Amino acid sequence: MKQTASIISVYTADVSGVASSLFELGGMTVMHDASGCNSTYNTHDEPRWYDHDSLVFISALTEMDAIMGNDEKLISDVTDAALQLRPRFVAIAGTPIPMMTGTDFEAVARRVEKNTGIPCFGLKTNSMHSYLSGASMAFEALAERFCDKKLFREKGSGLVNVLGMTPLDFSVNGSDASIKSWLSGSGFEANSVWAMGGTLDDIIGAGRADVNLVVSYDGLATARYLRETFGTPYVVGVPLGTDFSDALSEELGRASDTGEDSVSYDIRPDGWKPEAVIIGESVYSGSLAAAKWLQDEIAARVICPLETESGLLSPSDAMAMDEEDIVPLLPAGGIIIADPMYKPVCPEDCDFRALPSEAFSGRIYRKEILNFINSEIKI
Amino acid sequence: MLERIGQSPPEELTSVRARDAAFPSPFKSVLEYAPPARGTWNIVHTGMLIPQSHQVFICADGCLRGVVLTAAEMGTIDRFSSVSIREDNVLRGDMEELIIDGTADIIGKLPYKPRAVLIYTSCIHHFMACDLPRVYRILRERFPDIEFVECYMNPIMRKSGLTPDQLMRRQLYAPLKPRPIDGRAVNIVGNDLVTDDSSELVRLIKENGFKLREITRLKTYDEYQEMAEAFLNISTFPAARAGGDALSQRLGQKHLYLPFAFDYSEVEDEYTALASVLGCACPDFGPRIAEAEDALQRARAAVGGMSIAIDYTAVSRPVQLAKFLTEHGFAVTDIFLDAVPGEDKPSFDWAREHLPELKFHPTVHPAMRVRPRGGDETFLAIGQKAAYFTGTDRFVNMVEDGGHHGCDGIVKLAELIEDAAKVPKDARSLIQMKGLGCGGGCCG
Repeated sequence: MKQTASIISVYTADVSGVASSLFELGGMTVMHDASGCNSTYNTHDEPRWYDHDSLVFISALTEMDAIMGNDEKLISDVTDAALQLRPRFVAIAGTPIPMMTGTDFEAVARRVEKNTGIPCFGLKTNSMHSYLSGASMAFEALAERFCDKKLFREKGSGLVNVLGMTPLDFSVNGSDASIKSWLSGSGFEANSVWAMGGTLDDIIGAGRADVNLVVSYDGLATARYLRETFGTPYVVGVPLGTDFSDALSEELGRASDTGEDSVSYDIRPDGWKPEAVIIGESVYSGSLAAAKWLQDEIAARVICPLETESGLLSPSDAMAMDEEDIVPLLPAGGIIIADPMYKPVCPEDCDFRALPSEAFSGRIYRKEILNFINSEIKI
Repeated sequence: MLERIGQSPPEELTSVRARDAAFPSPFKSVLEYAPPARGTWNIVHTGMLIPQSHQVFICADGCLRGVVLTAAEMGTIDRFSSVSIREDNVLRGDMEELIIDGTADIIGKLPYKPRAVLIYTSCIHHFMACDLPRVYRILRERFPDIEFVECYMNPIMRKSGLTPDQLMRRQLYAPLKPRPIDGRAVNIVGNDLVTDDSSELVRLIKENGFKLREITRLKTYDEYQEMAEAFLNISTFPAARAGGDALSQRLGQKHLYLPFAFDYSEVEDEYTALASVLGCACPDFGPRIAEAEDALQRARAAVGGMSIAIDYTAVSRPVQLAKFLTEHGFAVTDIFLDAVPGEDKPSFDWAREHLPELKFHPTVHPAMRVRPRGGDETFLAIGQKAAYFTGTDRFVNMVEDGGHHGCDGIVKLAELIEDAAKVPKDARSLIQMKGLGCGGGCCG
């Protein structure tokens, strides 16, 4: 039956995606929920929690306030905390019960903003979509609220916005710094990284970038917004492995010249026969498939269990959201590259190669999450 | 490297002196922060205590996430399954079928046959008025040899009757079937941690020839069912008291609530009551009190000039512990709690009069996120949250009374304080592990 997981994990939800994407920007994120979302997020999804005092809270919704539609308590509590802690912005994100009671997050945000003078936006998350959905909403809201619309694309400048970078896909293994180094070494410069290792001020200045690099699905909506607003072209792909990183930097140069958008990693030859399966987020997994092809001539099929678009997958790839859909796609005797928590449902005779993801297994395999940015793929 | 934003919050947001503190809630209920101290058990850890059982959680992915990974970190993912609720289930109103079909599908896929399946429904089911009696009736008809246990992950109800923690400790014994009562069998119920064998509680029961059962000591479901034979249930943890009452009423057993007390006369009263029910002599506490006093003296010497901070996750009566330690010469200066437990009211009243400068701090107030941790003052902390907020590496790593009880428990705690004073610990690693003592353990 779909929707059941007899033994594997679940990807973290949209509300965690919101908090993760905004974590380093000096704002305050409020999860409108009873209890549990915040501790789940900071225990399993947020490797920066212990060492970085980012403001992520829960509203502690009660049965009575939910039934009575008492949004005043939420507005009052968020207002008080914002006035006490003075964040640069406030994001309020929903969970299942506010979805059921129809909480008007935009109205709540307007009231908080009026009370505090601090930019505030509401996000219609409900904990029933993946982190990619939440992070995508949050990045797009940031772009709409904060990017300086008076700026212009500086064509040929080599300035790049990196869109869609959170520890949920990249952990805290130095990948953000490696992307900046790779850009520098390829004749580009990071203008902003959304949102690891950067600041809100970087994001305010995103409009001047020459090209945008989308490194996960949650950066795509923002890339489209920036194209619409500033005319900035985008390239989709993660610089994994050395050969594919070179190819990706060429693609960035091409986008700078032509102004055309592209998905960089669909480079497997026609008629290829899959020898491996990669399970994971579409942009990272597609990039890994390309990198493995260029590095080892291993052709891999991507199985994406998360939100994506058909344009981010090749025709031979597959979307499969549930354990029941995924299992039949796993080849006996073949190579399977996936988070270790998928192993119990893989064929016993497969060549399983671990690719841990914070978004799936949380902190359990954190120390084994490797940084493959512009370096050899050792799986 | 700690990265801080903004300025430190005004002290009035993060502390109140005992003389000014209100009972039972010294702090206003506002937005909540979750500090990274994770040693307390949750409903997954506790539910796993039923031997040969399997858990099925039915909720939105965001709610599933924490419980799935709890099971994975404690090494019991093979005893855990889930059913995701999606928007169309809410809109279609087919929630009952989702639970029934999902649970049946999972049972069919399991490589083993569980004796009991704990089904955890969530806030959504409550708000949709899901027909749970129908769900359980159908499941019991379809799987007559499996016991289905009604469990809850509905934190939105935490202020409406029993808390999820209390409910879990009650439902932990729901599968027990009535049996003939054995007047020589006793249960300790509702604890996550095994009660110390050296405690007067365990010794009094065993040394007088009674059979002692405690869920933390059992390996099989059949052994677990034997708990229904006991004539007496003893609960020691406040959150277990309601469950102890319910179980005893249902099975016709006696129930004694004997909390871990930091007061010799209360300890003696508890054991006098227990001895009376067991029909045996109460032990002479004189030597045990002398032993406890010696241990406290050694601890006091080891602690030296350090201030003591206590939190509510370490012991169920933090204010009584503060009073007890103060009376034994320790400098207790800070208590971290969000509400004063009802049982702590007498000690709270004492603190207002005799220890008016004692500081209470919340643990979930947003300002605690940016309150400076560490500083010039040297702390010895009792509890993980106290360790985190004071920034000390000298702490007693303990949750939920630590399985301690009686004068022996006081000796044990004094020894832990002495050890903490002498040997620093890696707080960052230790406090982030979930479910201290559950057998798993993982941290970032």
